[in-house]
Amino acid sequence: MTDHSAHAAHGDEQLAAHDDHHNDPASIAKELKVYWLVFGGLAVLTGITVGLCYGFDLPVHTAIFVALVVALIKGFLVAGFFMHLLNEKKLIYSILGITVFFFAVLLWGPWHHVYDLMK
Amino acid sequence: MEIPYNVAPRPDTGLYNAKLGIWLFLASEVMLFGALFSSLILLRSGAPSWPRGWEELNVPLATVNTFVLIFSSVAVVMAWANFRLGEFKKGRIWLGVTLLCAAGFMVIKGFEYAHKFHLHHYPSTSNFFAIYFVMTGLHGLHVLGGVVVFGYFAGPGSKMYFSERQRFINRIEVAGLYWHFVDLVWIFLFPTLYLL
Amino acid sequence: MGQKRQIKVGSQWLYADDAAKLLEEAMQAQRREEKLKHDDHHETFISKYVFSVDHKWIGVQYGVTALCFLLLGFTLMIFMRLQLGWPGHAFNVLKVLGEGRAPGGVLLPEAYNQLGAMHGTIMVFLAIVPLAVGAFGNFLVPLQIGAPDMAFPRLNMASYWCYLPGGLVMLASFAAPGGTANSGWTSYPPLSVIATQGQTWWILGMVLLITSSLLGSVNTLVTIIQLRAKGMTWMRLPFFVWAQFVTGFLLLLAFPPLEAAAVLQLCDRVLHTSFFLPSGLVVSGQILNVAGGGNPLLWQHLFWFLAHPEVYVLILPAMGIVAEVLANNTRKPLWGYRSLVFAAMFLGVMSFVVWAHHMFLTGMGTTISAFFQTTTMIISVPSVIILSAFFITLWGGSIRFTTPMLFALAFLPMFGIGGLTGLPLGLASADIHLHDTYYVIGHFHYVVAPGTIFAMFAGIYYWFPKVTGRKLNDTLGRIHFWGSFVMINGIFMPMFLQGLAGVSRRLYDGGIQYAHAKPIAEATNPFMSICAIGLLAFQLPFILNFLWNVFMAVLGKINCGPNPWDATTLEWGAAPSPPLPHKNFPIIPTVYRGPYEYSAPDQEGGDFLPQHVDLTPAEEAALALPLAQEA
Repeated sequence: MTDHSAHAAHGDEQLAAHDDHHNDPASIAKELKVYWLVFGGLAVLTGITVGLCYGFDLPVHTAIFVALVVALIKGFLVAGFFMHLLNEKKLIYSILGITVFFFAVLLWGPWHHVYDLMK
Repeated sequence: MEIPYNVAPRPDTGLYNAKLGIWLFLASEVMLFGALFSSLILLRSGAPSWPRGWEELNVPLATVNTFVLIFSSVAVVMAWANFRLGEFKKGRIWLGVTLLCAAGFMVIKGFEYAHKFHLHHYPSTSNFFAIYFVMTGLHGLHVLGGVVVFGYFAGPGSKMYFSERQRFINRIEVAGLYWHFVDLVWIFLFPTLYLL
Repeated sequence: MGQKRQIKVGSQWLYADDAAKLLEEAMQAQRREEKLKHDDHHETFISKYVFSVDHKWIGVQYGVTALCFLLLGFTLMIFMRLQLGWPGHAFNVLKVLGEGRAPGGVLLPEAYNQLGAMHGTIMVFLAIVPLAVGAFGNFLVPLQIGAPDMAFPRLNMASYWCYLPGGLVMLASFAAPGGTANSGWTSYPPLSVIATQGQTWWILGMVLLITSSLLGSVNTLVTIIQLRAKGMTWMRLPFFVWAQFVTGFLLLLAFPPLEAAAVLQLCDRVLHTSFFLPSGLVVSGQILNVAGGGNPLLWQHLFWFLAHPEVYVLILPAMGIVAEVLANNTRKPLWGYRSLVFAAMFLGVMSFVVWAHHMFLTGMGTTISAFFQTTTMIISVPSVIILSAFFITLWGGSIRFTTPMLFALAFLPMFGIGGLTGLPLGLASADIHLHDTYYVIGHFHYVVAPGTIFAMFAGIYYWFPKVTGRKLNDTLGRIHFWGSFVMINGIFMPMFLQGLAGVSRRLYDGGIQYAHAKPIAEATNPFMSICAIGLLAFQLPFILNFLWNVFMAVLGKINCGPNPWDATTLEWGAAPSPPLPHKNFPIIPTVYRGPYEYSAPDQEGGDFLPQHVDLTPAEEAALALPLAQEA
């Protein structure tokens, strides 16, 4: 082991102790509460979207709008809390930012092409 | 030679290797499913007629499956939290719950598929069924992948908890991130295929 | 090394000579220790050479496999050129393709299509990308950033072991009934969906290759982000590492849509879905019995969403290699390092939003055409920035014309020609005339063959001493270079003329059946084919050179030190040749400066400052002024 890596290893141990997630029982207990709340929220939203789109037979465009809004909220809950994205490092945000941009381009390009052909 | 930052996070990025790795992998998964959603949009907007999902598919079964998958996500975070608290047994039980949920999801999916085949609805029947089978099939493969991973961590892989505890907890976190992503995909698949 | 120079080892200041001695001793001790350890848990032949987890050996595996595929893809091209140069003529050598493809040595049209499809597929997916990313990336990235290995060594192994079966599946498809894939490397449906069974093998091979590059790209990105040595800040990374970093993102995010498309095409072929088959499709006079309602354009979108970034996957690592070789052989800092880095990043982002310029003739609306035209024009800007920076780097340098430098220098005008001829193709109106002609072939081959492949050769000549401890023979290298340089232009330059005359790219007789194409085809095709054979002949010195030196290296005959080129980056100064198994560096280096501090004045024993060498404060102050002016 060299000076540098020995030093680094020492630093790592310290860092591991206060990682981004607080590991003391009290804050984990708090986390658990949040998880159950999120579960409740997801369940209710699932009920809403099934009820509206399936039970009420909304017209297609309204149904798409409602279902997508609800799905986005549900996605936010899962990504934000279960995947703890709300409390994540900048690097992850930038990677996902780029990805979301390319994802949007990928959805837009082919659709616009067909849309043009139909006109 | 040990690879640096395998367990503890690198100070300037704040991440350990596997966590960055899984997020990059998930980014590529976003593009994989993104391409399929893009295909769905293109095919549907170009089609002269397209059935509403609930006319052809079984919404109640899929709703149950949604709950199963959401609950399995909760089970994973419960397992993770328990391992961090030092509650090995509880953590392992929650991993078992996750596995049960995943298996349940696949069984329900199996009934759905069987029913479709019974009605002679195959991928070749129409593009609606084609994209339905491909997207749910690919999602199902991801669920199976999760079963293998969690099966390993709940079974033989759990020994690591006693030898390298932090690394094991990291593994659960990373596998959990993957699992939540599978859940997330379903959250979008369910309305686009079944409800619209 | 001069007596005067002092360097810092750990926390101690030492004279350079003493430090060198200490380092040598440390390395010897390390080797002894290593040997003892190896006797403890001796690596078996299989774990060391077959399923190795050492990034260096995996890089070598990738490199050798890719070079074999490069030769194979080249051979397929020779077969095609024989047919194009002398259509319908019987050649004994074509008999190796079998009676089914070339009865009596005369190539059949369907066999020509197979050769074309597989030449493209093999060259792009099995030869150049694995060479650029798998071999160079794997071998060099950890060394250049000062890491002991890749972040996930076992994933790295898995990546190679997905690549090799992928390649073998592609090869095996030649034996499939009806031959291998024959719908072009782009595999456009509906043709590819109704094609013979070889296409299914092609798809399976592609799925394996995509998986391989996905695993590889995650690994490269995590390695670069996480494993940089102490002091290796982002702006001290060699440009090669930056190129691999951007390439990693392209592979990561562009390949999955093709994977999805491959799955859809597989379903079309095997499960008889109709994702890409429109209603009422007539095949051999009969309406195809499928549900219909699909859209062949969907494939084109998903395919080009990958395949355009793929172009930059091919060119970026090449630029990275050229940057290293140029700076080293001009003995000057790379001009405009920051501009290069930002240009590469911008190039990466833009490459995702230009793909539909391959589809101008598919009936796209004016809005979308205009959008993709604009982005295509914009993406030429960073390419020009990079090329200009390379040219300016040459200015005022005391250039050493070594073999790697010759290849790197040739890259500049060749890539320039390839790039500039791309501009008319990016304009929808000009593309109407040029689309699907030999002009397109000429354009991208200039980018990829005398562009990327020359850069790969530069890299092979440049880093061969690091891999083996031996320099390749210079005379043979020069014969290889000059011969290849002349011949390759003889092949590709006439393609522009053919294309402007309107010769279509997929004609198996080179166009002589068409009145408008006949004169130019007859005038140029034999000449081009002779050049192609000449190009093959001029690869022999390289193959000989390579095999001989590998053989000698295996015997342990080393003919140069760890830093034969007087280079500054970590892999040269801080690691022996070859670098130590599983850890690379005897001591993980600390980085004190940027990657290209050549022309450092007042340096005794060399005009360069390696990245890992620390100076006394007085020396640093003395250097600060001239270096600032240089930058």
